[in-house]
This record gives sequence, C-alpha cells and structure tokens, in this order.
Amino acid sequence: MKKLLISLLFAPLMAFAAGANIHLDKWPGSVKDQAALQNGAKLFVNYCMNCHGASFMRYKNLLELGLTEQQVKDNLMFTSDKIGDLMMVAARHDEQKKWFGATPPDLTIVARARGELGNAGAGADWLYTYLRTFYQDDNRPSGWNNVAFAAVGMPHVLWELQGTQVMNPETHKLELAVPGKMAPAEYDKAVSDLVSFMVWMGEPGQEYRRTLGWFVLAFLGVLFVLAYALKKEYWKDIH
Amino acid sequence: MAAGNYEKYKSDGSLGGNLLEWVDARFPATSMWKGHLSEYYAPKNFNFWYFFGSLALLVLVIQIVTGIFLVMHYKPDAALNAAGVPIAFASVEYIMRDVPGGWLIRYMHSTGASAFFIVVYLHMFRGLIYGSYRKPRELTWLFGVGIFLVLMGEAFFGYLLPWGQMSYWGAQVIVNLFGAIPVVGNDLSILVRGDFVVGDATLNRFFSFHVIAFPLVLLGLVAAHVLALHETGSNNPDGIEIKANKDENGIPRDGIPFHPYYTVKDIVGVVVFLMAFSAIMFFAPEGAGLFLETPNFYPADPLKTPLHIAPVWYFTPYYSILRAIVWNFFGLDAKFWGVVAMGASVVIFAFLPWLDRSPVKSIRYRGPITKVMITLFVICFFILGYLGTQAPSPMGELVSQICTVFYFGFFLGMPWWSRMDKFKPVPERLTTK
Repeated sequence: MKKLLISLLFAPLMAFAAGANIHLDKWPGSVKDQAALQNGAKLFVNYCMNCHGASFMRYKNLLELGLTEQQVKDNLMFTSDKIGDLMMVAARHDEQKKWFGATPPDLTIVARARGELGNAGAGADWLYTYLRTFYQDDNRPSGWNNVAFAAVGMPHVLWELQGTQVMNPETHKLELAVPGKMAPAEYDKAVSDLVSFMVWMGEPGQEYRRTLGWFVLAFLGVLFVLAYALKKEYWKDIH
Repeated sequence: MAAGNYEKYKSDGSLGGNLLEWVDARFPATSMWKGHLSEYYAPKNFNFWYFFGSLALLVLVIQIVTGIFLVMHYKPDAALNAAGVPIAFASVEYIMRDVPGGWLIRYMHSTGASAFFIVVYLHMFRGLIYGSYRKPRELTWLFGVGIFLVLMGEAFFGYLLPWGQMSYWGAQVIVNLFGAIPVVGNDLSILVRGDFVVGDATLNRFFSFHVIAFPLVLLGLVAAHVLALHETGSNNPDGIEIKANKDENGIPRDGIPFHPYYTVKDIVGVVVFLMAFSAIMFFAPEGAGLFLETPNFYPADPLKTPLHIAPVWYFTPYYSILRAIVWNFFGLDAKFWGVVAMGASVVIFAFLPWLDRSPVKSIRYRGPITKVMITLFVICFFILGYLGTQAPSPMGELVSQICTVFYFGFFLGMPWWSRMDKFKPVPERLTTK
C-alpha cells in the first residue's frame, strides 16, 4: 500500500521526460573535445557571426580552448583587435531587421535556451538537428525552409558545405539534391563541432563547475562522517 | 537582580573583570543563550521531519548572503545595451561569466530559491502530520503561514529580475490577474506594474521589493515564528506536551537542551542537505528545467509571447487551481473566481488550527481516515503541481478540477472527517524506538 502510494506520488514526475513533437537527432559531440571546440569556434566565427552576436563572450574566453592569443587574433577576430572585447556582430540591428524580418538573436546561450523541461540538455540536440535540416523551398523569401524550425527567417548559411537538400513530397524525407564541399558524414561532424562550441559557450566554466562539484561533495562526505560521529558521541546517553 | 548585578560588576572601563558579566548587566546575552539554546528543552524524539526548520533558516541565510553579492553586479535596467540585449539580462550573464566566482553565487541563489520551497513544504507537511499547529501553537503556525506568503511574494518579485522571457511573461500573466478584480482591478494592476505593461518601472519596483521590503518583513516574521515556538515549546512526533511532566527542577522529563543535542544533530542534517544542494548546483543547476526554466535563457521580448507560459514549479499547484476554474458565477468572469480560488488555496492553510477537530494531534494516534486524506491531499498537490507546468489540455483541465475540489474538500471537510476517525490511546510519555 505504502509503495503504491509512493509510486503514485512520483508518477507525474516521470511524465516530464515527454518532450517536443519533432524528432531531434542526438548531438554526438562533447564539450571535453578540444579539437572539436576549436573547429566549432572557427565555424562559428566564420559563418554565424556575420549576423549573430555572442555578446556575453569575450575573445579572450577562446584562449580556454587551448589557443594562443596570436592564434585567436589571426584566425578568429575579424571585427575587433582587442582580446578582451565582447564578440559582437558588426551588422546593425535595424538593418538586419530589414533584411531578415527579425533581428538574428544573440547566440551566446542559445544552447541553454533551447533546452526542454525535463531535459535541460536537449538544446544541443535541437541545434544539431536544426543545422542539418535546411531544405530548398522556393515559397520562402530566403529560398530555404527548415524541418526543426518551420518558416525560419534564416537562410542556410552552411549550404556551401552541406549542399542543397530538398523535401521529397511523397516520403517527407530530406534528400541531398546538390552535393556540397563536404560528404554528409563530414558535414555532420562539422555541425557537431559547431554545436559543441555553442554548448561550451553557453557556460564556458561548466567543466570547472563539475570538477569543483566533486571536490565539494568529497569534502562534505568527510564532514558528514565527522558530524555524525559528533552527534553519536553527544547522544549516547539519551534514551 | 539587574541592579544588584550592576553594582557588583560595575566596570571601571578595564577588561580585567569578567567581560561576559559586564555585558550581561547591560544586555541579556546569557539569558537569551540559555532561554533559546542551552536551556531550551526540546522533546528528545525529534525525527527526520524535524530537520527542515533549521534548514529553512540555513537557506534564508544563503539567500541573503548570496543576494548581497549579486546586487553588487546586477543592474535592474530594462533598456537595451549596444548588443541589443536588455541590460538586466546582460548583467546576469556578466555575473555568470566575468565576475570571479559569480557563477557560484548566482547558482547558489537560484538553487536556493527552489531549495527554500522544498524545505518549507516539507516543514509544513511535518506540521500537518503531527498537528503542530494545534493549541497552544496557533500563533507559531500563523506566523509560519505569513512567512510562506511573504516567501511567495519574494520569489515572484525575484523571478522578474533576470529579465528573461519567462520572467517577463510570468510577471505579465500574474499582474494581469489583478485586472480580474471588479471595479478596481485595472487600476490595481497598473499600480503594481507602474506602467501599462511590464517594463522598466516594474523591474525597478520589483527589485526594491525583492531586496529591501520583503526580506525585512521575512526576517521579522521568522523572529516572531521562533519566539512564539520557544514560548510554547516544540511539538513532537507523538503530539504530546512534554511540559505536562516535569521533574523537581521544573525541567520536562522528556526534554533535552536544544544545545548541544539538537545543534549537533542539525549539523548532520545540514551536511546531508548541502550534499543534495551541491549535487544540483554543480551538476544540474537548471534542475531539469524546473529550477531554471530554459526559456528564461532568452532575454525578455515584449513583442514575442511564448506559446506556453508556466510559473516556476513551486507556484504550479496554485496556478493549476487558477486554471481549473472556468465557470462564470454571479455575472463575474471565471478569471476572477480563478484568482479567488488561487488566493484561497494558499490562505486556507492559516485556518488549519481551527479546522482540525481531532482529539489527538499526531498522525501516529489517528486512524485510517486521516492517513488516507493526507495521502490523497499530497497526491493532489503533486498532480496540480505537475499540471501547472504543462500546456493546458482538456484532460488536464478535468483532472485539475477534480484535484481542486479535493484540495478544498480536504480543508473544508476537516472539521468533520478529523473527528470521525478511530483514535488510538496517546501515551503519557514520549515514545522512542
């Protein structure tokens, strides 16, 4: 009876696992893969930052990816020459609004914002799916549409790499009509790297946070043993 | 006595004498220490449920200390910065990234908010099962309900400050509710917002309430709560009065001094709590999207209404009750009655001392009716809480209506069902395992 009541109590929490209605491909990357993060940073700066800012990030944060200041300045800084500057977009917001119908959002913490109730990490899966599911759609002003984000204002910035996908009207599946510079597997890896970078950028200190967490838990574990012994000692005469 | 002490220990200004006695002649330091700690006699059979009072105090301190540091870099400003992001939102990210240790302080505060409600809900549940609100502890309970109400206000105001999408639209929805009150409603919501929509004026007044007004009231109520408790003495899992059985020195036979016994015991509780707290804070600070709602990582955008606006988890049971009321009564809009029901669902806790007519306090000596009613109440509370996080649906609406009826039935029927139960004889002295 008690067990039944307890399971009933927690049943609603299980249901949190249910999520959005589009199928998301699992992001295969990791924020611990430094080579992937460096490649992702390169892709982000070259492709995304023409329109999107990462205005909570400073270029000097990129040094944490194992790059030298000179490497960052030579390869990743196009709009600024001070390493401590924020990663702002050069374009003006009011003009962007005219071009795309909406101002491209700041991307610093978009990987966190795209998380879901019950799965805060789902943002990475969403980005990984979104960046791989653009297809040609002549009804859209930009000529592109997207499976994960229907009627998106953003054109397929990475089309040169991926090629052109079309939606098969019968199977409702994407097909590669014109190959790009990269083979599909290469492209998936590149997008995964880009997503790795965006997940890392959402909280550059996240690995440090987790490492510190283990130390704190270990300390509290020791403290627990001492506190429990102290309590036992004081309470031995209480019956 | 005071005069005698003063004569005896009159200081010549040197510290050569007994400093503590010098102080005691001028301030009740020792007598307060004794009255509230070393000679405050608490029942010796406190169990797991009795950790949450001291833990609530701990979380209060965490929130105040981290809050003090957050205010040093937080900026309550809805204007856009050079990157087109609201300054308030950007200042939180600044704390997370550029302020040394800022991420830790911020996560402690955001995790602390949810921890506060978890601890307070468990503390209230303890009161419910052991009848801690019953005579003579009605005022302790009433101050506690006051703390709960102020805490809800504190959390609501604080949630606007990061100025994310859920901050903004959550505040918009809740403040608009005042508009449902007949005649004065619209003016009242404008008064609360300081504007026709949630804007910079709202952000600044909520900031002021969050960091000054409500914490002050909260601290006062906490002091009153503890003073009232120490006047009557604590209840216990057996629900019997230890003061009814005192030894020749006037000390309850089943009482032990709070200090050192419960201070050392509470330290164990504190360490276990901090382990759970740290596990969330360091490894899942979003609390699966419950503690930090993921849409709140988007800056507030007054032109973009989210498809689904949900309050943070600790408000969702009441939010469900609000949404469950869909009927117009007496020519007044359903929304108005929803607001009334939501308000009543919180305030009704204050009436528990007079609704409960059971001859015994503790669930240990009450029968199956009590046990079933309390279990169903908790289940309803969880279901309402779950539904409040979800987008509205016809099925959810029906379930929330059933749960709402039971929620109020639990309280309003209590004068009857609490008397009908079968009761076991209550022992003279505390039981220990």
